[in-house]
Amino acid sequence: MPKANVTFQDIGVTVTVPAGTRLIEVSEKIGAGITYGCREGECCTCLTKVISGHEHLAAPSVLEAQVLKDNLAPRHHRLACQAQILGGDIVVKPA
Amino acid sequence: MRAAAPIDQAVAVGNDVHWIGAFDPDLRSFDIILRTANGTSYNAYVVRGSEGVAVIDTVKANFSAGFFRRLESVADYDEISTIVLNHLEPDHSGALPELLRRATRATLHVSHQARPMLKGLFDPEEFADRIVSVGTGDVVGLGDRQLEFFNTPYLHWPDTQCTWLASEGMLFSGDFLGCHYCDERLFNDAVGDFRFSFEYYYAHIMRPFRAYVREALELIEPLPIRTIAPAHGPILRDDPQDYVRRYRALSKSGLHNTTAKTLIVFYISAYGATRRMAEAVAAGAEFASGEVGAAGEVRVSLYDIEGSEPQPFVDLIEEADALMFGSPTINGDAVKPVWDLLSSLTMVDVKGKLGAAFGSYGWSGEAVPMIEDRLRRLKLRVPVPGVKARLTPTADEFAACHELGRQTALHLLGRATPRVIDMSALV
Ligand code: FES
Ligand SMILES: [Fe+2]
Ligand SMILES: [Fe+2]
Repeated sequence: MPKANVTFQDIGVTVTVPAGTRLIEVSEKIGAGITYGCREGECCTCLTKVISGHEHLAAPSVLEAQVLKDNLAPRHHRLACQAQILGGDIVVKPA
Repeated sequence: MRAAAPIDQAVAVGNDVHWIGAFDPDLRSFDIILRTANGTSYNAYVVRGSEGVAVIDTVKANFSAGFFRRLESVADYDEISTIVLNHLEPDHSGALPELLRRATRATLHVSHQARPMLKGLFDPEEFADRIVSVGTGDVVGLGDRQLEFFNTPYLHWPDTQCTWLASEGMLFSGDFLGCHYCDERLFNDAVGDFRFSFEYYYAHIMRPFRAYVREALELIEPLPIRTIAPAHGPILRDDPQDYVRRYRALSKSGLHNTTAKTLIVFYISAYGATRRMAEAVAAGAEFASGEVGAAGEVRVSLYDIEGSEPQPFVDLIEEADALMFGSPTINGDAVKPVWDLLSSLTMVDVKGKLGAAFGSYGWSGEAVPMIEDRLRRLKLRVPVPGVKARLTPTADEFAACHELGRQTALHLLGRATPRVIDMSALV
């Protein structure tokens, strides 16, 4: 199965994950500083800055894109409860 | 004694500015968490300009009738050009949908953050072309005077804003600088002594958002304020700056040494095992501080949870950078004093602090993961996995505790060694 490396910059941890994993599944387990509210892509609590490798995340769904827009999220920001990892190296931190 | 507000009549609070709110003297608890010894008020205001009328906030839904009668005593619905909601919580937005229906020419002004929340109040399609979202510096004109907006998020809702009427030196501050205090004499120089309500309101509503309070004060302190017109409690026209200064004092950090990082180890122990683990954790944290040398200092404190009520600990926690909790596992759970403390943490801002857990156990050891889980849910970072030890900790387990303290302190100092792990190693 294809793998990806996700680095949570705020705690200095890199995790090797199978493709298809959502950011939330990893970040919660390792105790990174990304925080969650609704966990359903509505509240924008989990806004995350993708420092590099944003192209390795699946494109945002219509819902996620709308929530990002409503909350005036800057470029390369994603909802960690939604964003799905495709492969490669990705570096993230809480927005 | 000054007269109470007349029934169904608006009350002048400035030149062509009227209060049209409602009194709720029978309310005894607000949002479940707040006690309200003499009730509260829902303040709403009307501002008249040469070319338009603005309504700022409404009231809780069951007080709508009185609100509309007071509004009608000073304005016709056709004259209303602007409606402002400083935040959308139901105690202020209760009459909003009906007001939009009656004041058909009016445009609703809310913060950018409020926009996605409107669908919780009404079908936004119904008023689609009558909603404008605004941020700091945006203004809306009423002819000879204008309202200016300040985006002040999280005081106490994400969508909170304040509205400034420069011509009157009047700040419509929403819940900010308000309090639950019901007194029909309305103005701070006429009502009873409401200091405890003001302080209590700050402690329960604003304190968890202390950093945002400071940001809002940066915007508000430079204003030549003559009157603060909050959404609850007395209108502050006598020495309004005094209340702003009080917020500044309350929102300051209480710690004097601001360079050192603060790490607190809390523990509770039945037979002394968790206590000795706590001592090893604290020693590890001290050790890290020495290792890093002059570049970083961590001030470590060790407290027995049984030695105090939660409240003084909450004060300590608010100022601390890292919190470590030691609890034995009894009947498959952490013990009650630990949960009592952990359930008090919503009173302060703990988001982003470092957290960790440890403890001894007899045959299972659920306390450590349960505490870690709670810390994550409280939005702490928990970068170093906790340590459990069965009954009497072995030398290796004490070493693991020492390392837990050390690694947590290194994280605090930004000196932790980057780790690479495989997802399958995570439980
Ligand atoms: S947790 Fe609410 S949007 Fe992700
Ligand atoms: Fe509120
Ligand atoms: Fe309120």
